[in-house]
Amino acid sequence: MTAASKPKTSRPSIRVTRKRIIALLLILLGLFIFIEAGRLDSELITTLTFESTSLGEEPTVGDIPVPTAPYLIVIGLLFIVSGGLNLAEWRELRHRRISLALLAVCGALFIPTVIIAAAAGNETNLTTIIAESLRLATPLAIGAFAGIWCERAGVVNIAIEGMMLFAACFGFTTLFFLRATPLPLETAQLLAVIIAVLAGGLIALLHGWLSITFRTDQIVSGTVINILAVGVTSFVRREYLLSTEAGAAKLGNIAIPILSDLPVIGEAIFTNQPIFFMMFVMLAFTHIVMFYTRWGLRTRAVGEHPHAADTLGVNVNRTRWTNVFISGMIAGLAGAWFSLEATGSFNDGMTRGAGFIALAAMIFGKWTPIGAFGAALLFGFSDSLGIRLQMVGVGFPVQFLQMVPYAVTLVVLAGFIGRASPPKAVGQPYVKE
Amino acid sequence: MTTAPPVLEVRGITKRFPGVLANDNINLTLRKGQVLGLLGENGAGKSTLMNLIYGLYKPDEGEIFVGGQPVEISGSKDAIEHGIGMVHQHFQLVDVLTVTENVMLGNESVSGPFLRRDRARREIQELSREYGLDVDPDALISDLPVGIQQRVEIIKALYRHADILILDEPTAVLTPQETRGLFKIMRTLLDKGVSIIFISHKLKEILEICDEVVVLRRGAVAGHADPKESTEQSLASLMVGRDVILEVEKADAQPGDEILNIVNLTVHDDRGLPAVEGVSFSLQRGEILGIAGVQGNGQTELVEALTGMRPVASGRFFIKGQDMTNASPRKVTECGVGHVPEDRQRDGLVASFSVMHNLVLCTYYQDAFSNSIVVDDRAIAENARELVGQYDVRPPIINNIAGELSGGNQQKVIVAREFSRDTELLIASQPTRGLDVGSIEFIHKQIIRMRDEGDGVLLVSSELDEVLSLADRVAVMFEGEIIDILPIEEADRDTVGLRMAGVREAAQGGAA
Repeated sequence: MTAASKPKTSRPSIRVTRKRIIALLLILLGLFIFIEAGRLDSELITTLTFESTSLGEEPTVGDIPVPTAPYLIVIGLLFIVSGGLNLAEWRELRHRRISLALLAVCGALFIPTVIIAAAAGNETNLTTIIAESLRLATPLAIGAFAGIWCERAGVVNIAIEGMMLFAACFGFTTLFFLRATPLPLETAQLLAVIIAVLAGGLIALLHGWLSITFRTDQIVSGTVINILAVGVTSFVRREYLLSTEAGAAKLGNIAIPILSDLPVIGEAIFTNQPIFFMMFVMLAFTHIVMFYTRWGLRTRAVGEHPHAADTLGVNVNRTRWTNVFISGMIAGLAGAWFSLEATGSFNDGMTRGAGFIALAAMIFGKWTPIGAFGAALLFGFSDSLGIRLQMVGVGFPVQFLQMVPYAVTLVVLAGFIGRASPPKAVGQPYVKE
Repeated sequence: MTTAPPVLEVRGITKRFPGVLANDNINLTLRKGQVLGLLGENGAGKSTLMNLIYGLYKPDEGEIFVGGQPVEISGSKDAIEHGIGMVHQHFQLVDVLTVTENVMLGNESVSGPFLRRDRARREIQELSREYGLDVDPDALISDLPVGIQQRVEIIKALYRHADILILDEPTAVLTPQETRGLFKIMRTLLDKGVSIIFISHKLKEILEICDEVVVLRRGAVAGHADPKESTEQSLASLMVGRDVILEVEKADAQPGDEILNIVNLTVHDDRGLPAVEGVSFSLQRGEILGIAGVQGNGQTELVEALTGMRPVASGRFFIKGQDMTNASPRKVTECGVGHVPEDRQRDGLVASFSVMHNLVLCTYYQDAFSNSIVVDDRAIAENARELVGQYDVRPPIINNIAGELSGGNQQKVIVAREFSRDTELLIASQPTRGLDVGSIEFIHKQIIRMRDEGDGVLLVSSELDEVLSLADRVAVMFEGEIIDILPIEEADRDTVGLRMAGVREAAQGGAA
């Protein structure tokens, strides 16, 4: 009773919100940029170019010279200010809006800032970076779409990596043997891609068989496929591909009519290889099917609440089987990119974890095709940035700059988008009572 | 009334599950435009029977007739085709989809492969208007309260042109006001020629809405009753198979010294908004303080804070004079607090554990059940055998998986665990929600016993009848505040009802 008679008033506490942490990080980053910029030579100029010009040729689109140090100082200040504004708690909606908008501006300016800072004093070609990012994002984006098809129906697919590897291997093997026949190259390549796609689908059937019919844990089933893929493909390579000179022509460029005549991007983007274009087709296809068709509605229902779908007469396991098969074929297409489009050869483990990065892109994109595509682009950008910086040669370990987009992704996700929530029934086999 | 033609008949239906005869030679008849009440305790076989009619299970024997014709129902698709719609006890709605998408799922209006949401939306709006089922077709299910979700379920059935509607325990999740709304909707449906099977174990509701009642007991039909000639007492006896005492018998309270003292407590909800604001009260040994209030007025957060499951934002509380503000759940438990949580499946049990292990969830580490490294399963089993008998858990098999017991028996397991410990303060939150008459009677008796043994009891319930029949003092919670505390003699239904609606004494007396 005595204790009760004099209750202590609790201290007013500053609540640690996600926004505040972001704001704090932003201030630190701004300070870092500010200090680093001060140490730069103020005469340095980064030139942003848009066209790859040969010597003496005048570019049709002008170059943009950016004085590096002043730019970075401005950006640093902007980061500090908007971080500071977001640290405070604004009562008025208008003030809150302004501070949030500033935060968004900082986010948007981040990647150009990385490019400009990294290329301090040099020329850097923006169009090439964008085109290269898109190209390197191709297997990641297509792989992520494969994941969406599967997981939206409630089946975890960590076997994308294995499916890609199988497809890369069998696609290339097909091409390798068809070379000996009198078939024209284009036909052979087309057949090779088709075989790759079917190989992916076939492995997906194994995944479906294990995880839907036998209700094996879907992670285990996926892992089995990934391990199987490494073994089988390296066996095939040793038995059939090593014996002779194992290189083949890559898939040829296609120029999209009209669009390819555009200045600058016509050549860099609209004249490209077929699987690259398929990425956009799959993006549209996946988005439209998932959100505007009967099949998509049923798929999403089955992935979220299979019992509810069942009570309305939707065949849960048939829906899952079909989606898993389609997922495998899409993963097969991504696999074909490695051996048929990018290199024209097959190597052991040549997918190098792209299947897992595709999964990450799918999760970062919150299981939506557009989000996953955006995430894949970010990853593609980080790859292309790494390559460019190695060529330019900066006085800074390249790996760190390469890491930056991934770090940004993490911060952006944690900060703005929040917890990604997977389809609710993902990973659970459906048992009819 | 009884001359209306039968629309659905069930003849000689039998369903066996391994070791259980769930439905034993059941016959019933539903007539056009009528409500057939299906009454029975938990586990009496009501839901099984309905799942058979809806095609989710296959009967081992027996036939189903729709409109006089024998029909084969081997899946929900067949049931839907024969005009049978079902609103399941646990709603079958996909949270992340909109109302329209949920309604059209499986029966989509399309042109080619593409969804025609606009067409479905228009149909939903027409149904809404016709049957008084007000709902926004574009709302996400997860944003809707349960009462509205139930309307969506009804619309789902009507959208498929159901003229036989099965409502499986539709009122279990509803507030009294929502229940009244549901009954109004049901009457509209009846006027339009829909026939309804209404499943419940709430006797009052059965008497109010049904034209005929069939009582199930242990899988078989125990009897038919005409609601006009029945009383709650007669239905309850038919349902349980013996005379049931609906009134709680108890002696006057003998309050002792103070056991719980709450001072100016403020607690936030999951969104960080204050759910409990500046609540203060105290509780004596040997009395039951009932907290009445419409669900969602801060009761959940208050109990969670008292049991260490939710941080306190400001203020303090003392158990036996010790400051237990923001103490861990184990510390609260060890201080002599028993807790029957509101959501038994989430907070009360580990559903995948056996009954025997669930019975030692808060004591397994103590000397009686373990040395410092391994638990002593023999002692745990012995403890379980004793409690299962004492608290009438059925079936009394200690190795059963807790999640597979009926709701009433799950609750008995929790009650057995909490009441058998050496407690001094008991916090019971919605202790009889969703339970049948027999289990409610049993649990009420146990709560009174604890009080008479000198425990202070904090009883939180949104069932006003329960609070009024058990409590010695009644506190009413409204929008996070205790707006009044009445001794039981002054707490009549009307006064407490007004307080629950937020009407304070001053305003009522006109003094303000």
